[in-house]
Amino acid sequence: MPETVVFYLFAGLAVGASALVIGQRNPMYSVLLLIASFGALSGLYVLLDAPFVAVAQIIIYAGAIMVLFLFVVMLLNAPKEDAAEWDRTHPLRVPGVARWGTLLAGLLIVQLAMALTAIRDLGAPVGSRTDALTVSSVSDLGRVLFTRHTFAFEATSILILVAMVGAVVLARRESEQ
Amino acid sequence: MEAYLRPAVIGVMIFVVFNLLIVASAILVLAERKIMGFMQQRYGPYLVGPHGMLQPIADILKLVFKEELRPKGADKLLFTLAPILSIVTAFVAFATVPFGAETTFFGLLDEPIKLGIADINVGVLVIFAVTSMGVYGIVLAGWSSNSKYSLFGGLRASAQMISYELSYATALAAVLILPNVPSLSLRDVVDAQAGYFSGWLSVVPHWFVFLQPVGFIIYVIAGVAETNRAPFDFPEAEQELVAGYNTEYSSVRFALFPQAEYINMVTMSAVATDLYLGGWHGPFLPVEYGWIWFLVKVGIILFTYIWVRWTVPRYRYDQLMKFGWKWLFPAAVLNLIATAALVLYFNA
Repeated sequence: MPETVVFYLFAGLAVGASALVIGQRNPMYSVLLLIASFGALSGLYVLLDAPFVAVAQIIIYAGAIMVLFLFVVMLLNAPKEDAAEWDRTHPLRVPGVARWGTLLAGLLIVQLAMALTAIRDLGAPVGSRTDALTVSSVSDLGRVLFTRHTFAFEATSILILVAMVGAVVLARRESEQ
Repeated sequence: MEAYLRPAVIGVMIFVVFNLLIVASAILVLAERKIMGFMQQRYGPYLVGPHGMLQPIADILKLVFKEELRPKGADKLLFTLAPILSIVTAFVAFATVPFGAETTFFGLLDEPIKLGIADINVGVLVIFAVTSMGVYGIVLAGWSSNSKYSLFGGLRASAQMISYELSYATALAAVLILPNVPSLSLRDVVDAQAGYFSGWLSVVPHWFVFLQPVGFIIYVIAGVAETNRAPFDFPEAEQELVAGYNTEYSSVRFALFPQAEYINMVTMSAVATDLYLGGWHGPFLPVEYGWIWFLVKVGIILFTYIWVRWTVPRYRYDQLMKFGWKWLFPAAVLNLIATAALVLYFNA
């Protein structure tokens, strides 16, 4: 019973903070609310008996990536988004973009619904699944990551490397002009 | 111990650790000023109490009775939140640091208790995660003050902490892959350091500092940068930024920043003791009184912190970044690779 209460606490916090991230106009507050949402997610991972994933979530997302976000927001000293200007000149208001966005959002909802209905043992209590040990033990997780999922792991690394090289190329071209 | 007593014992432990950290930060303030005085050939604080021993209490009273000011353009919510965030992360980081083996406190308790609040199997990572959240306090203080000096302090803090966190974590990882470390729990790491080396080295205690000398040096240097201590105290470099991120703060809100810094120093030293200096294991004392060894080791590291602060002048900011990325991080990565290779070679 207390687990259920804590679950709804963290879940509510995660959803509420995420909604507020896009719901208000100060970029600084958006970043902070995103951090709060990540913290709530990490609490949910602890409830799922996956302490390593929970801590990794805090270290990587809340501790490192969001510091970079904050750094950029501070460096650009981004002002509050003005409502009037936003309405007319924002690139998201272009009709084509808006239509595509709506289509993609609709697809996402369909996909989510299909994924949720496809899970069969949704009612099984936490920790009763066979692979629970793999998620909670760091050494088992590492072994699985570097044997069974090597390809996915390496592919993700290359993807990140490509993104980094791309960012450097784009940033350099801009500074030369 | 009966099951229903467990929450009570944990509660008492939290209360004790919380107050010990507050007392430790007060002692550190005094120690810093006394040692600084000694190094500069003067007395340091001398008037309040015998030999100035009550100076921290006078400092705190003075700060509490000051007026709390907030600049007009400051962000009200974040300006108040920033010091709270700093101090909370500083306290929480100590939650998974063990500081002694089982003890009955000279027979005071019926059954021995383990010294330390929480013993979880990812303890090292929890400490790392919480300390990495500590940067938000400083960054938000810098941003919300709406002053250019504060903003620069906050910017520097975020850049510096991201850079040195990498070396810090890489040095830490090299300890965790040593063959006799069973898990990521700090208590297991300490217990792997019990006893002495075998063979002709049998007088040398089995501390990881002798297996990881490079890692220890990297850890200590990165630790100084992580806690924003001189020679790496760029977020508050006086001659450039007035007082950096806390320029606009006064009264208790101001006091929380240095207190968080001192508590972070204690945590950093305690973790270094647990990871490299054998924790509560040492010669002469039975392991039950090991917390005395622990206090001695933490005290020595803290003294070194203060010693370095008043001996080495501040770096330049670009030198700090260059040093972090071009020297410290490659050294940490090489240390990790070399350790992994040696572990594989000798254990295969």
